[in-house]
Amino acid sequence: MKILVGIKRVVDYNVRIRVRPDGSGVDTDGVKMSINPFDEIALEEALRIKEAGNAEEVILVSIGGEACQQQLRTGLAMGADRAIQVQADSHIQPLTAARALLKVVEKEEPGLVILGKQAIDDDNNQTGQMLAALWNRPQATFASKLQLDGDKATVTREVDGGLETIEIDLPAVVTTDLRLNQPRFVKLPDIMKAKRKPLDTISLEELGVSPENDIKIGQHEPPPQRSRGIMVEDAAQLLKELRNRGLI
Amino acid sequence: MPDREIPAREVIQYDVVIVGAGPAGLACAIRLKQLKPELTVAVIEKSSEIGAHILSGAVIEPGPLDELLPGWRDKPPPICVAADKDELWFLSKTGARRLPTPPQMHNKGNFIVSLGALCAWLAPQAEVLEVDIFPGYAAAEIRYGEDGGVKGVIIGDMGVDKEGNPKDSYVEGIEIHAAITVLAEGCRGHLTKRLIQKFKLNADSQPQTYGIGMKELWRVESGKCRPGLVQHTIGWPLDSAVYGGSFMYHLDKDRVAVGFVAGLDYADPEFRPFEAFQQFKHHPKFRDLFEGGEILSSGARAIVEGGYQALPKTEMPGAILIGDAAGILNVPKIKGTHQAIRSGMLAAEHLAQNSAHNLQSAGFDAKLRASPVMSELRKVRNIRPGFYKGLWRGLVTAAIETVTLGKLPRTLPLHADDTAYGLLGEYESPDRGWLERELPPRDRLASVYFAATEHDEDQPVHLHILEPDVCTSRCTEEYGNPCTRFCPAAVYEMVEDQGDDGRGRHLQINAANCVHCKTCDIKDPYQIIDWVTPEGGAGPNYQNL
Repeated sequence: MKILVGIKRVVDYNVRIRVRPDGSGVDTDGVKMSINPFDEIALEEALRIKEAGNAEEVILVSIGGEACQQQLRTGLAMGADRAIQVQADSHIQPLTAARALLKVVEKEEPGLVILGKQAIDDDNNQTGQMLAALWNRPQATFASKLQLDGDKATVTREVDGGLETIEIDLPAVVTTDLRLNQPRFVKLPDIMKAKRKPLDTISLEELGVSPENDIKIGQHEPPPQRSRGIMVEDAAQLLKELRNRGLI
Repeated sequence: MPDREIPAREVIQYDVVIVGAGPAGLACAIRLKQLKPELTVAVIEKSSEIGAHILSGAVIEPGPLDELLPGWRDKPPPICVAADKDELWFLSKTGARRLPTPPQMHNKGNFIVSLGALCAWLAPQAEVLEVDIFPGYAAAEIRYGEDGGVKGVIIGDMGVDKEGNPKDSYVEGIEIHAAITVLAEGCRGHLTKRLIQKFKLNADSQPQTYGIGMKELWRVESGKCRPGLVQHTIGWPLDSAVYGGSFMYHLDKDRVAVGFVAGLDYADPEFRPFEAFQQFKHHPKFRDLFEGGEILSSGARAIVEGGYQALPKTEMPGAILIGDAAGILNVPKIKGTHQAIRSGMLAAEHLAQNSAHNLQSAGFDAKLRASPVMSELRKVRNIRPGFYKGLWRGLVTAAIETVTLGKLPRTLPLHADDTAYGLLGEYESPDRGWLERELPPRDRLASVYFAATEHDEDQPVHLHILEPDVCTSRCTEEYGNPCTRFCPAAVYEMVEDQGDDGRGRHLQINAANCVHCKTCDIKDPYQIIDWVTPEGGAGPNYQNL
């Protein structure tokens, strides 16, 4: 079977982000970008399934500008077989991403689609679920364990109450949570090999998807600054300060 | 440390492998490909992204860059502001007096840049020439050939846990073999340190000496920044026995790069370089610049200051040293980038004179010493050591040496930094007039946040203490554990406990805070701290520093 893995180019989780002074968004100028960590976990899981002999091909797909080819190459270096860049000029919202992924799914006919549970830039946690619904196939989200068994899969999900184990029919969409695996580092020679692996580009228009921005972003603000604390000498002063602030 | 026996691993072969993607390494790679495109060249870099581990003021002289990339001014690096005004200030606790700008600090024609952004801008230009650049891979060991020469490097294993066992993510580091290994690790490179010892490259040199440089990039309130202004200060908050001072370089978009350098030859075991930096920002003349501003990024790195007298032999069988791994920064100018680029180009020109089958390190050292790199260092060789007798004598020596263009027939000797300490209790810390301060960052931990440094906690500690017993006994008595004070990232902590050895404390190493500055490797009084490279990709994530 083929496994389709979706990856997104996001601001690296180590970057100390700041909001642009005009509130229009986060300043991404010259900032380090990486594969969304949950997507890396998704790719790692796909590679392990392939190495166990249960899949013949791992295909990467990313939706974005030309720059996301950098992340696709990293994914190829980790061990994916080929990559597809869906060219999109502007910020893509989850529904558009799901529609685009559906087109790729219809063309490639994978037995399994693995996505990260959410992207660390917008934290929407919607694309996987929407894709499954559009595709009319099962979804198993927040996976911390995935076991394949013929045309079914058993997935342990991390949910609010603890762990839930479900069985789903394949093909299906699985989204990954942190504890599913620890992604491998890339071996240096594999970076060279990745340059020769196929990377195809197709535009959103060619896929027949139009970007709809039903969600309008209003304003970005940094979290309010904590005001400075003061040191108090004794309990009496503490009492006085609490009273002055109307707290007691 | 003795060489470990390392079993053979997967090997890839290049004509030249360059360790370090700083200005020297990248200039060397680019020049090699310009001269001999058929050579295969690899650059390996321990930071996860080019530029993430490097920082500098920086005001650069563009000459060598003009030679390397003649069209660069049409497509300059993202942060590049022409310097157009210089100021040198002498500070006392409450006052500031403008001093005449010495010739080495005339910056007309120079550019204020971010060295990290410059390297990130150079790297794609090297890749276009088909240099293979590999960020995120740390050269952990040297691979020696049977003849004892340098055969290449061994990339560090990744995905190893604290005890040294492989984790799920484990990948064994490969070996990169090359006819010539170029060490461009920067100041106090860890492989360079071992090579200097092994090949006795410093047998005829004076002891190397260093400074610690700390820097913050600020966004100041609108109207306070004056793009192109280059300011330096000496005096307060340092006392006259400590070499150093501050810099403030005004960029665009309301950004100011501020930093502080302290010579690591200081004698006071209780001196705190980071605190000196923070005190400086509170000086009445400059404090207002920072009020209401925010820190964008911060970091620290040791600076090599020995120059002419300390330059080791820069060639050995199979390898050469370039850039600050050799130690070619011009201290009075506080500039090393143009020298680094020059040395990288010179190395490339030397290597390219032979065919790929006959790449030779021999002859590079002589070329370097006969080049403008060395003549520039020679001219200023007596200025830094002139400060051993304090600020005032140092300024007088500097003036004399400047006026005589360094031609006086004398070469002042250098002292090692680790032996400069006075003993705790015997050395009297002067009252430097430091005050209560409020500007951010409040302490080293708050500062290290802006360095965005990251190390997987579950990996072997990369700071090796060769004689750990000394830390809780001799060092505590003699010097009061200065590592807890000179480290800009608060890596070293003395923790009180009821330990079994009855000493009542132990040294805790917060290795994850490390910003790879190398100060501990330099200034520990017993030379028992050995900095080795952590897992590739770990360390600071400097932005626009």
